[in-house]
Amino acid sequence: MTRTSPAARPPTRRNAELLLLLFAVLIVVAAEAAVEAARDGRLSSHLITYAAVPVGIGVITHVVIRRVAPYADPLLLPIAVLLNGLGLVMIHRLDLGLKDQAVQNGTTFAGAAAPTQVVWTAIGVALFVAVIVAIRDHRVLQRYAYSLALLGLVLLLLPTVLPARFSEVNGARIWIRVAGFSFQPGEFAKILLTVFGAAYLVSKREVLALAGRRLGVRFGSHFVGLDLPRGRDFGPLLAAWLLCIGVLVRGHDLGTSLLFFGLFVVLLYIATERVGWVVVGLLLFAVGAYIAYQIFGTVQVRVAVWLHPFASAHAADGYQLRQSLFGLGTGGIFGTGLGAGHPELVPLPATDFIVSSFGEEIGLVGVVGLLTLYGVFVIRGASAALAVRDAFGKLLAMGLAFLVALQLFVVVAGVTRLLPETGLTTPFLSYGGSSLLSNWLLLGLLLRISDAARRPTNVAVGRPAGQVTVPA
Amino acid sequence: MNKPIRKVAAFLAVLFAAIFLNLNWVQVVQGSRYSNDPQNARVLLNEYASARGQIVVQGRAIAESRATNDELKYLRGYPQGPLYAPVTGFYSFVATPSRFLGTTGIETAENTVLSGKDPQFFGANLADLLTGRNPRGGSVELTLDKAVQQVAYRELIRSSTGSPRRGAVVALDPTTGAVLAAVSTPSYNPNVLSSHNATAINKAFRRLSNDPSQPLLNRAFNQLYPPGSTFKVVVSAAALKQGVRPNAALLAPNAYFPETGRTAARCPHGADCVENFGDETCQNGKTATLAFAFAKSCNTLFAALAVERLGGRPIADEAELFGFRPSAPLSIPLPVARSTVGTEADLTAPGFLARTGFGQQDVRMTPLQGAMIAAAVANNGTLMRPYLVRRELAPDLSVLSDTRPTQLRQVLDPTLDHDLQSMMQGVVTAPEGTGHSANITDIQGVSVAGKTGTADTGRTDKNGNPEPPDAWFIGYATKDGAPRIAVAVIIENGGVQGNETTGGEAAAPVAKAVMETYLKGSG
Repeated sequence: MTRTSPAARPPTRRNAELLLLLFAVLIVVAAEAAVEAARDGRLSSHLITYAAVPVGIGVITHVVIRRVAPYADPLLLPIAVLLNGLGLVMIHRLDLGLKDQAVQNGTTFAGAAAPTQVVWTAIGVALFVAVIVAIRDHRVLQRYAYSLALLGLVLLLLPTVLPARFSEVNGARIWIRVAGFSFQPGEFAKILLTVFGAAYLVSKREVLALAGRRLGVRFGSHFVGLDLPRGRDFGPLLAAWLLCIGVLVRGHDLGTSLLFFGLFVVLLYIATERVGWVVVGLLLFAVGAYIAYQIFGTVQVRVAVWLHPFASAHAADGYQLRQSLFGLGTGGIFGTGLGAGHPELVPLPATDFIVSSFGEEIGLVGVVGLLTLYGVFVIRGASAALAVRDAFGKLLAMGLAFLVALQLFVVVAGVTRLLPETGLTTPFLSYGGSSLLSNWLLLGLLLRISDAARRPTNVAVGRPAGQVTVPA
Repeated sequence: MNKPIRKVAAFLAVLFAAIFLNLNWVQVVQGSRYSNDPQNARVLLNEYASARGQIVVQGRAIAESRATNDELKYLRGYPQGPLYAPVTGFYSFVATPSRFLGTTGIETAENTVLSGKDPQFFGANLADLLTGRNPRGGSVELTLDKAVQQVAYRELIRSSTGSPRRGAVVALDPTTGAVLAAVSTPSYNPNVLSSHNATAINKAFRRLSNDPSQPLLNRAFNQLYPPGSTFKVVVSAAALKQGVRPNAALLAPNAYFPETGRTAARCPHGADCVENFGDETCQNGKTATLAFAFAKSCNTLFAALAVERLGGRPIADEAELFGFRPSAPLSIPLPVARSTVGTEADLTAPGFLARTGFGQQDVRMTPLQGAMIAAAVANNGTLMRPYLVRRELAPDLSVLSDTRPTQLRQVLDPTLDHDLQSMMQGVVTAPEGTGHSANITDIQGVSVAGKTGTADTGRTDKNGNPEPPDAWFIGYATKDGAPRIAVAVIIENGGVQGNETTGGEAAAPVAKAVMETYLKGSG
């Protein structure tokens, strides 16, 4: 063990985090001010509400992190607060647009979503605090891997075994609806299963990394080709594949299915360093995708709409994607300005298509800014994975970072017609309780691992050593 | 494990790059295509988001935008509705199910000014942008005269049978070309088509489109009618240029065979032969003076004049001087249908040419063209370019453009024109004249001239009988020798078959009311 003097200890970077949080609050307030100025030509008391949310979550999370995870990455939290805050502003802005639209069409307005999102944000932050306070060392999670996996599976499969009236929304059976309260358990399952996947693969990595059949050519001492895994080791991958197919068949949930499988293949690759697993995974994915296309009408429709969004045959089915493209095109490089566009013309503007809403109003420049935030978030997650010393932490951190990145990619590719639309939420931005909660949960785990990664080895878990005083 | 983590991170970078490139494609490369797509409702919402300027007649708005609290921020309203509808047009976000944005009339023709998109607004728009004020459109001031427009509309729809008459009135200031009245009946209510209720718009539009009386048709500028005897003004002008004097005796038999030049006392059944209306005798059954035949509107004289004396070319040339067959369609700035004298055969084959000579065969003109003929004669042979927009004003009421009257061409030299003026006065005042009911006697110093027309439509009713002919009157009024107002009136099926005087009896009183109102109003 190296002895580290207090002076040589790495900086905690908590003040940098505080400064960045302040920036995040300022950006959110400026965005809300822009919305109000564009909509009403004046600023209202709402501004205080929308300033209070990022200030509140920023202060609470920051104070908690100072106490229990002082070496945590200083960028992750400000990015999450900023995205959460901007999402809230956009949801509020869409409320205003949808209300006008309802008046115009003589229909009833479904009710404002922004206040609900504020409540979800508060619950999300509470969950975050609970996680980061309760789990002082991420390695404990390894012990509960199988229990967490079981919980994840139950959550995932529960909606598919419940009657449709308790579980179906917009054709996808991925909800649990009880007493007017709806909840998407798959969002939590994805994190629980990441934890399990990381723990399982860490314990089995030596076996899984064993080479089976070799495919390739040998040039002298140089081998070009693939080491295929042994047949008997296919079990876990096949199980994951079958799970995803099950989700797809029962839940009609393309996005989650794709996300899970991608996640498992990547975890397998990182754990074993075998490209062979990726090749096998891609083949299985191709088979699964083909089967899904053959069996499910919804998949066929989505692919057809993706190929020909302007064809008259898809006048109704392609409406949403067309409106999304119109919105993005109208936004152009600089956007119409927050509050000055018509993102409410796209169905589901606050959940699946919130990126289109931003694209219309803050333009290419703004959306690339958002993508950059996610990019930095993922990079910080990956660097925590690189820096943390235990294999489980590495797998878990990279798995969680990959989840955020892949989910973002699938969503943005879907609404911009790079890929068929699959129906996932945008992390931290989209309206929706389960999505927001699970992302705060994810952030808690990632911060915990990043704290472990940067913490000097002689400092007790969750407590800065030496003369460093804990700020009140 | 760090090596695969870096590789996965690199793979994610590729994914991010892919969505970055695709966003550039969608938002920048394809951006303007998407933002202007007719299916993109934002196009329309943006148009409605700014206050559209007013269309003004003598200081009063006949089209204006009022702020609403729905998504389309401004509602277009037309306080006088049907009265000005053929001129204003409507401003609708749904015209037909296949067309998204629909405007007509001045709303279309002056859209850049009304919407504020005109490049002249650049400075004002920039100021609005900086001060955060909604951009506003400019307003358009028309040349119409409220009182004249109202009287023309009221007189035109007035009917003894109950259902309003179909027709049009156009009045011009002969010395400037300013349009003083432009009425088309039946009209429609543009407020219904400009509402914010797509269902109501579609329903109203379907009803109006299927209405056999064609309320959406702007008859004043866009409908072509056989001019009938009103065309004799043009033929007479051509004859005067060829040296025919108004008091010269010309061939005017009761029946005239254009193919052979033979004359007879009456037309045998089925023969290619021209008679006067109601088989009348013109003057003495053999010859008549040009002035007499013009006043009484004898057909045989003009048929024989066209075939024996003038030929088709001079008639067509003269018609073109008056505005027929323009090289480019006239825009005032509403588009005007091109009046025509027919095909080459109509000008060469004697049988066709004879009927061209009295405005039948394939001669077709708009009511505006009728008014232009009268205006040119009234204005000593000088035809002014008709125009409907007096001024274009910026939102701050500064003048963007002020229309200066321009001469279209000198149709006829003043001496010959004076002869034509006398002939047209004869229609109203001479004993044999057919247009007595246009005469104005109760205003000092006023003299009225004109020409009636009773034009066969060539159409038959459902029993196979010919439809009643259209009734025409074109003419003008002078006060103290100065031309003041020229007018054209057409009432569809307003005449009685075979009776020339009926055209004058139906249309001339409308013309009289219009001219009288203007003369009284403008002193």
